[in-house]
Amino acid sequence: MRNPSKLARLYEATESIVTIDSGSAPRLLFSGEDLLLEDLPVGTKVIYPRPPIEGLTNVKAAIRWAINHPEESDPLHARLRPGMKVTVALDDISLPLPPMRTPDVRQQVLEVILPLLADSGVDDVHLVIAVCLHRRMTEAEMRRMVGDRIFEEFYPDRYYNHDAEDPDGLVTLGTTRHGEKVILNRRAAESDLLIYVNLNLVPMDGGHKSVGTGLTSYEGVKAHHAPGTIKKCHSYMDPARSEMHRSVDRIGRVIDEHLDVFHIETTINNRMFDGPMEFLQKREEDFTDLDRLKLAGLRATLKNLPRAAKRKLFQAVPAAYDVIAVHAGRTEPTHAKILEKSFAQYMVDVDFQADVAVMGIPFVSPYSVNSILNPLLVQVMACGYFFNFYRGKPLVKPGGTLIVTHPCSDEFDPEHHPSYIEFFHRLLPETRDSDVLQAKYEEEFARNPSYVHMYRTGHAYHGAHPFFMWYWGENGRQHLGRIIAVGADNEHVPRLMGWESAATLSEAIDMARSIHGRGAEIAMLHHPPIVMTQNLG
Amino acid sequence: MADSPKAAFFDVDGTLVSTNIVHAFAFYAMNQGTIFGTALRTARTALSLPALWVLDKANRKVFNEVFYRFYEGQTEDRLRELSRELFREVLRPAIHAGTRHLLDEARRAGCRIVFVTGALDFTVEELARHLGADDLIANRMHFVQGVATGKVVPPIVEGAHKAVVIRDYCVREGIALDRSHAYSDSFSDYPMLAVVGHPAAVNPDLRLRNVARAYEWPILETTRA
Repeated sequence: MRNPSKLARLYEATESIVTIDSGSAPRLLFSGEDLLLEDLPVGTKVIYPRPPIEGLTNVKAAIRWAINHPEESDPLHARLRPGMKVTVALDDISLPLPPMRTPDVRQQVLEVILPLLADSGVDDVHLVIAVCLHRRMTEAEMRRMVGDRIFEEFYPDRYYNHDAEDPDGLVTLGTTRHGEKVILNRRAAESDLLIYVNLNLVPMDGGHKSVGTGLTSYEGVKAHHAPGTIKKCHSYMDPARSEMHRSVDRIGRVIDEHLDVFHIETTINNRMFDGPMEFLQKREEDFTDLDRLKLAGLRATLKNLPRAAKRKLFQAVPAAYDVIAVHAGRTEPTHAKILEKSFAQYMVDVDFQADVAVMGIPFVSPYSVNSILNPLLVQVMACGYFFNFYRGKPLVKPGGTLIVTHPCSDEFDPEHHPSYIEFFHRLLPETRDSDVLQAKYEEEFARNPSYVHMYRTGHAYHGAHPFFMWYWGENGRQHLGRIIAVGADNEHVPRLMGWESAATLSEAIDMARSIHGRGAEIAMLHHPPIVMTQNLG
Repeated sequence: MADSPKAAFFDVDGTLVSTNIVHAFAFYAMNQGTIFGTALRTARTALSLPALWVLDKANRKVFNEVFYRFYEGQTEDRLRELSRELFREVLRPAIHAGTRHLLDEARRAGCRIVFVTGALDFTVEELARHLGADDLIANRMHFVQGVATGKVVPPIVEGAHKAVVIRDYCVREGIALDRSHAYSDSFSDYPMLAVVGHPAAVNPDLRLRNVARAYEWPILETTRA
């Protein structure tokens, strides 16, 4: 790190918010698989992620401690008895992002609990990946997630993906007092004990959402993945103010009444980049000459590679996340402890709302691991995730402008996202209204036998998933006045999503200023790694 | 219109089973009842295969017309009797592992299941029953006094004509074409796929795969369970 030349620089080196002045270095923004270096207007507030919280030195010891000292529950070993039927449900590949280095934390948890189950005389054990309506994980992905030894022992008969369309594989447990159907994977529902091994990447994950969403069906998930619910979320990252989480909690409580559930929740820090890419964790002020050289080299390489090769390059580098907390026991108290840690990692206190927010959209999303970040997913990253990265008040004022950098290429993965293609090209030209889309087309897509077949036997997202992705951006769309895409390689994709286009960031900022005035307050969320704002004033 | 009935139209050869009409005919050729009959028909069939292959690639309609002449002179009773054996020995083992799933999913979606094939009706009736099809649209052999003339009762169900047949079927049965689905493995069935609201390519040949990619139709695999 360079020596601070003045007090302001010292402040910048230690605080999470940097205000751009005339001497500030250009800022790094992701634009899909490319990296942009942009000069931001003087006065722009750049919000940086907190430094990674130090990881646990002995993760397995922490897992053992957690299952032996659970929250409001007997220790796991005390809940086991010989001959019982146990299902272990696991979060899928959408967490974390990018996939973490091996051994994955799920493998580490399994390596602790599976011998315990075996030693306790529990032989009827199934490992079920709680994919809900996400795509089935491939054999190679499943192997990587749990390691060779567990894979060889359990796959394929006792280690498999949940099937939300298996007519014989689901049971209805009841309904909540709000009429939400509680539908669950039959194997899990008929087990004497359901152990859920979770990985919380962001505060939205975990808790009742794990079982209630991960192991249900379209009928079950549509209760809360609906435009009406989404509009009442402020935000997804703040479960206490999220209508979706309230619905999920109601469902979870019905599940807890019927099933014996033991949660093992884990969370990780934000050490997303390591090795040759470690400089991406730093602020631009802290770049060494070597970092600048690496950045120039990386940008030159990316510039000359086809998009598919760029994707491979990024996908080939797993994240260096460290586990920072493990808790176990009853759903709610366990999740509360994990949330505390997750907030501590991501939340940066702010005391303002900006007229204009600038955000770079990176190469990955929860729904495009080993695939393409298609336009609908770009939309969900901007309006669904990044807009919702707040507690309290949103970073942007109501009616404000969101500027995102992404090429918005009209490119889809026909194997993973077949229904997205039809949704984007057939439905969006007709309407962007979530309520109309839901009423008119959601059921048709959800029941389309081709999409059901591709979901069940291939690696396709469920036919209804693109609808949920569109609804996911609903509260962002309702709140924001306009969204401007910078660097789109075509006109029609931003237009279909209701966005405007600008060739450069400065052009986009000029467009925003034409609405908000020359004195518009501009903020930039500098991610990845993940950063969220907390404005509880 | 939103509530009108819908159907799922399935091509059979290559889509639901791995065999095609030549397999069926070869089965008949090899089961002629007498050694000489069998030898003669089998030899004729074997010698014709290269020409049939070329014709199939060049013009499916002409192929069908030429091909069905091979049935000339056979009795209807015998053809129907053998069709049960054909099903047991040739077709049933050739059903793709994922075919059941595909049909079940269409049924669960509320679709009427209709097989549309260029094969002769008696060769696939047993298969249609076995897989629970609600209707079968297939070619029909012309018989005179119980003996096959080698001519098919027009119109021949093939390629472009499958689209017309499906359209007529929908009008007759009050089915919404735009809500219906069609499945095929072959580019020759492009018209049948293009006429419905929800086409899908199943285990497609290269040309159909390219078309499906271009038109953004789902591409399904049924060769695995």
